[in-house]
Parts: sequence; structure tokens; C-alpha cells
Amino acid sequence: MAEPKILLLVGTRKGVFIASSDATRDDWRLAGPFCETWPINHVIADPATGIIYAGGGNAWFGPAVWKSTDLGASWTHSSAGLAYAEGETPINTVWSLAAGHGAIYAGVEPAGLFRSDDQGASWTQVDGLRRHPSRPDWQPGGAGLILHGILTHPDDPDQLWVMISAVGVFHSADGGVTWETRNRGCRADFLPEPTPEFGQCVHCVAMAAGRPERLYQQSHTGMYRSEDGGRNWVSIEAGLPSSFGFPAAAHPRDPDTVFLLPLNGDSVGRFVPDAAAAVWRSRDAGKTWTDLRAGLPQRDAYFGVLRQAMATDPSTPAGVYFGTSGGALYGSADEGDHWIRIAEHLPSITSVETLIV
Amino acid sequence: MCNVTVVLPGALLPLFPGCPRRIELTASTVAEAMAALEARFPGMRDRLCDSRPAIRRHINVFVAGERANLRTKLPPGAEMFVMTAVSGG
Repeated sequence: MAEPKILLLVGTRKGVFIASSDATRDDWRLAGPFCETWPINHVIADPATGIIYAGGGNAWFGPAVWKSTDLGASWTHSSAGLAYAEGETPINTVWSLAAGHGAIYAGVEPAGLFRSDDQGASWTQVDGLRRHPSRPDWQPGGAGLILHGILTHPDDPDQLWVMISAVGVFHSADGGVTWETRNRGCRADFLPEPTPEFGQCVHCVAMAAGRPERLYQQSHTGMYRSEDGGRNWVSIEAGLPSSFGFPAAAHPRDPDTVFLLPLNGDSVGRFVPDAAAAVWRSRDAGKTWTDLRAGLPQRDAYFGVLRQAMATDPSTPAGVYFGTSGGALYGSADEGDHWIRIAEHLPSITSVETLIV
Repeated sequence: MCNVTVVLPGALLPLFPGCPRRIELTASTVAEAMAALEARFPGMRDRLCDSRPAIRRHINVFVAGERANLRTKLPPGAEMFVMTAVSGG
């Protein structure tokens, strides 16, 4: 049997790149750019099929989900059905993808959720979300009114979570027909009422391995953990250098281990704090935090890391990866203790995901 | 219905392998030309038109030297130029 390969699926402002390595994860080869250098917001693989999907939108040609069934060698694209009704504001771009239980989900801007049951050939709106009573009051965040995060439940195909910028977290228990807000305990410091039902600026939610009721959230205003699928959130930001950041990544096996990459704040550049890069890891579900810096730039680093641009791989020990706004891709083969730069000079990186083949 | 020539933008062609730059088809309006393109190359209308429905904001269509919309008529023998706007960075 061939040695397993680790693939890093990298979305950028100008196409998709795929880095690959053997299991040592210390010798990476880069391929790309793919998808005709379209702006791509998220690249995922469906582990059940090995198919790679890339969602984005081109200023000329609109939104689409690209698909490769041969690990990136060739690509097709479709937006069949990926549209709102006539008269509504058209979809600009695809922001987030998720795979689960045979379906592929796409979150788009303006915020909405679509589902494909034919491996991305055609799409149908999960229109219950846009029928939620809060919909008329959704206000766009800085990046627009974007549905930027989707979580499927590992066991229950009817459960879904979606995240919408400056609106918050929603959960459905019936496959997307009905939805409820799940933001209790999260602050919205930028609103007159700091703890509304919705309006929180969620940035990223990660599900703990083997424990789907535990969620970790990085928001615009802090880091949180929920033990009840998002019904209630508690702050876990004590010990971190900032309350602001974008990504959160869960360990592939240990539900107590989570990785964050705090930035210096929302009005001071959104850089790594003190121009020195660090991933912050908790081994105890957010009670305490350790900064992981070995191999990362520790001076003059003025980059950010976006919400979908950090990921783990399921190897032992787990790999951790992130891509920067400056087009550098970093990886650790030992759960964050040591880092190498896998690539530099890429276009600005929007997403990083992993696939083992 | 009449025969017209559609000239497509170069950036569109890699999205539809085998698609030529110039296509002869039968249509009497720009909308009908878009439908004919869609029939030959499924998915092409979505690349050129949005769901309002309208020609995409950064796509320009010219007929007889004038900027056209989906309702613009195509006279016999017309050339319909589809062009990408200067945009991006």
C-alpha cells in the first residue's frame, strides 16, 4: 500500500493551490494555481469521496463552485441553481463549503445556504434560513453579509450550524427547514444592546472532536466555548493576548485541544500582536493557553490570518496549518510545537483545509 | 429569428473547453442569444447573466457599437460582442 500523502487545500484571492507532502510533513510540493485564478474563499475535500470543491466568485463571471475528482489535476465548475429569485440581490460569491452525509453545502454572499445532492452539479437553496424572522434585520459586516461558516453533525444529518457575519450562529435540527439563533453569552460590544438574540459578529466556530455538543468560537469580541451545541457560550479568552481574531481549529481527536490565532484588534491593523506570530493552543478546553512560536516570524510580521485559513490534519501527532494575508503558508507536524514555512509569495490566503490520500 | 455572430471574451473560453471565440447562432434578441449559448454550453448563461435577470455588472455586450441589454434586438447578420470590463487588481 502506498504511503499516505497529506494535501493542503489552499484558497487564495487568485486561485487554488495544493501543497502535498508525505507523512513526515516536512517536504512540501506546491501545485497550482487552479480554477483559472478566480478569487476562491474556501476549498474543501469530502473525505467520503475524495472530491475537492472550491467556492468563490469572479468579478466578471459571478459565483461558482469548482470541483475536481482527480485531486486537482482537472476542474469543472457549476452554479446551476445557485441563485436567488428574480428581483432579489444576486449572489456575489460563494464563501464557505461543507460536506456531510452525502450532501455538499455552500454558504454565499448575500447570506444564504445552498445544498447539492449530486456532488456539486446542481444546487438548491436551503430557504428556511432566509425565512427566519430575524432576516429583515440582518446587517452586513465589514466583508459583507456573508454566510462564512457551516458545520454538519457527525452522526445526525438533520443538524446544521451556520455562521453569518454580524448576525451570529444559527442551528437547525430538521435539515434546514427551521432555524434558531444560538448566540446567548456572546457579546456584541458594537451594538447598543451588548447581548442581543442575534447581531453578534461570529468569526469562526469549530466543533470538538467526537463531542459535537462542544463548540469553540472566535468572534469579533472574544473567544467562547459552548457545551450545548451553541445554546449558551462562556468566555475562554483569559490568558490570550487579544479578544480579536478570525480562525479557530479543533484537534482531530482530543476535544479539549483547540488552536486560535489572535490578532491585535479590529482597529489597529488586524495583525499578529506585536508583529510576532503565534498560534495559541489550549489543552484544557480553553482554561489555559500556550503560545506556540518556534519557527514563526517574531519580528516585523504584519499579517493577518482569515477565518477559514487555519486547519488541522488527522495524523498522529496532528498537523496544524495556517495561511496568511501576505501569502505565506505555515505548518506544524507536532501539534504546534514547531513550525516551518511551507510556501511564501502566494496570493493572499483565504482558506486552508487538509486531506489525507 | 435570424443568424447572428457572437464574439465571446477570451477569459470565458477556458471555462468551457472547446468553445470557440466566435459562434454563429440563431437569435433575435440578446436574451435569446444567451439562451442559445446556454444550450450549446451549459452553464454559460450564469457566467454572463445574473438572476435579476440582467447582464452581469462587469460584462459588457455591444450590438452595432451600442451597449446592449437582454432586451436589445439583434438584426439579421448582427455581431454581438461580449466583453469583460476593465476591473480587478
